[in-house]
Amino acid sequence: MSKEYDREFEKKFQETTRLGLEVVKESEEDRLMTLSVGPQHPGSGHFRFTIKVDGDYIVYCDPDPGYVHRGEEKMSEYRNFIQNIPHLERPVIHDSTNITYSYSLAVEELLGVEVPRRGQFIRAIASELNRQVYTLYWLAIYGIFLGHSTMFMWPAGDRELFIDLLTALSGARVTHAYNIPGGVRNDAPDGFKEKCLQYVKYFEKRLVEYEDIFYNNPLFRQRTENVGVLTKEDAINLGVTGSVLRASGIPHDIRKVEPYDVYDEIDFKVQYMKTCDSFARAYVPFLDMRESCNIIKQLLDKMPDSGEVRLKLQSNPKGQPGESYKRVESGRGALGYYIVSDGSPKPYRVKISVGSFRNILALPHLLVGSKLGDMPSIYWALNYWPVEADR
Amino acid sequence: MMSSNISKNPENDHKINQSSQKNNHNQTNLKDLDPNNSNNFIDQNLNLENSIYSEISSKFTNKVKLKYSKFKRIKIYVEPEDIVEVAEFLKTNIGFDHAESVCGTDYPDDNSIEVIYHLSSYSREDLSPIIFALSTKTSRDNSRLPSLIRVFNSVEYHERETFEMLGVYFEGHPRNERFLLPEDWADIPPLRKDFQIKGR
Repeated sequence: MSKEYDREFEKKFQETTRLGLEVVKESEEDRLMTLSVGPQHPGSGHFRFTIKVDGDYIVYCDPDPGYVHRGEEKMSEYRNFIQNIPHLERPVIHDSTNITYSYSLAVEELLGVEVPRRGQFIRAIASELNRQVYTLYWLAIYGIFLGHSTMFMWPAGDRELFIDLLTALSGARVTHAYNIPGGVRNDAPDGFKEKCLQYVKYFEKRLVEYEDIFYNNPLFRQRTENVGVLTKEDAINLGVTGSVLRASGIPHDIRKVEPYDVYDEIDFKVQYMKTCDSFARAYVPFLDMRESCNIIKQLLDKMPDSGEVRLKLQSNPKGQPGESYKRVESGRGALGYYIVSDGSPKPYRVKISVGSFRNILALPHLLVGSKLGDMPSIYWALNYWPVEADR
Repeated sequence: MMSSNISKNPENDHKINQSSQKNNHNQTNLKDLDPNNSNNFIDQNLNLENSIYSEISSKFTNKVKLKYSKFKRIKIYVEPEDIVEVAEFLKTNIGFDHAESVCGTDYPDDNSIEVIYHLSSYSREDLSPIIFALSTKTSRDNSRLPSLIRVFNSVEYHERETFEMLGVYFEGHPRNERFLLPEDWADIPPLRKDFQIKGR
């Protein structure tokens, strides 16, 4: 961002207009105005950051997360491997299947069990559906951020389709507690396959309309294109993940890089863009949704019609002493669990490494030097979920 | 209820045994091995993992200790004074370019805190699936470690979180400050084992 504003000229101008009076030199601190954004700002969503503006330009940014810190990692040390599931999905209830997915994978490695094949398929389907729910919700909020209320209504309405499917699977609208170590909690109901296929086909048609009304909208493009450019080198350096990383030209998707469960049997492409701006960061999740429809159709096609969906474990299983690090691709990028077990029924240490927490590092990097008016489009394009970052 | 199911149904028991055998190549059983001989921990089928470790061990002969090498996961231990040097080698010569997570684990029995950097790579495609755990230890009373922020920019907030959650001071880090906890937090670092949740 170039600053055309000439400070020297303004100083001279101020001095000459005060002829005859004592010349008061303006210090750098007087020029800057400090603004506190959040944590109860309707846009920022439980996240506070302090910015300093020099005229219209942001010159300083200091994120201060923690408004909704709940100590999930400490709580996990007090409960056994199974009891941990319902509270571990609280950080991101809109993506609750994915946040318990990598936990289940890590615990399964510690317990030394393997999920039955039909269970693996249902898990993958549920996580794809839940990723759609999250991305639609994120897109809806992005719309309302930029003052585009249709962009809020449409995804918020279509999100109900996938919520219906997940309700049919798990019995709950948002907090599913569906993935458990050993498989999924219960089998899919009769007729799920047909219903799911029908909804996904409808949603694919809607995605065409989304592209027309949002992504080809000149207003949306003006507010996002060439705004907040995160180059490939910076993206690697800052260690960002998920759609932010893929928008900076790095085709990195955990489903492809390190396929878990049945993803190595699925044929799909990693969606990425090379323009590195906010538009790319908003468009990559859309491309992901389209690819995800493909994945769901393939999963439904290859899923065995019958069989066990879960391996029954003991009520209080004990992990082998050791440690495990597992990650899955969530709506916000790599979601990893590092679990240390000392051989007791409770984990000794649980570390949740979430995409949101890793992506905050890009926020000061992008905001400093950009205009205040670009703040909403930069901030929410980071695909940031404050509650998840705080854990 | 579930445990009674297992004992009644021998098929399930059989499944658990089978799958644990299948996973044995991933899991090193620590009890069967001599802890002094680090070669025991190497599984011979893991070519890439082994080549990475041999590259490191040829450079730092006595400074690094292999904790385990399993499918797509490696963990080594280094002393705090060598960690910056080893991290620089990992970044420039091998290609691990970012940290996935940094976390600490408290071990009151040994009077030590283990800090683990989980590193991975975006720039080298063959290294992307691998998570390289670089671990070191510090004492609980005087917890100070050199910061890796000059090597990996991505550890900035992770190290800050480790500072406030476990009280490990990172020398060279610009801001060893409060991050997630409330502003008026006046207790010991909460992820230490002697911090108890109230009412439990």
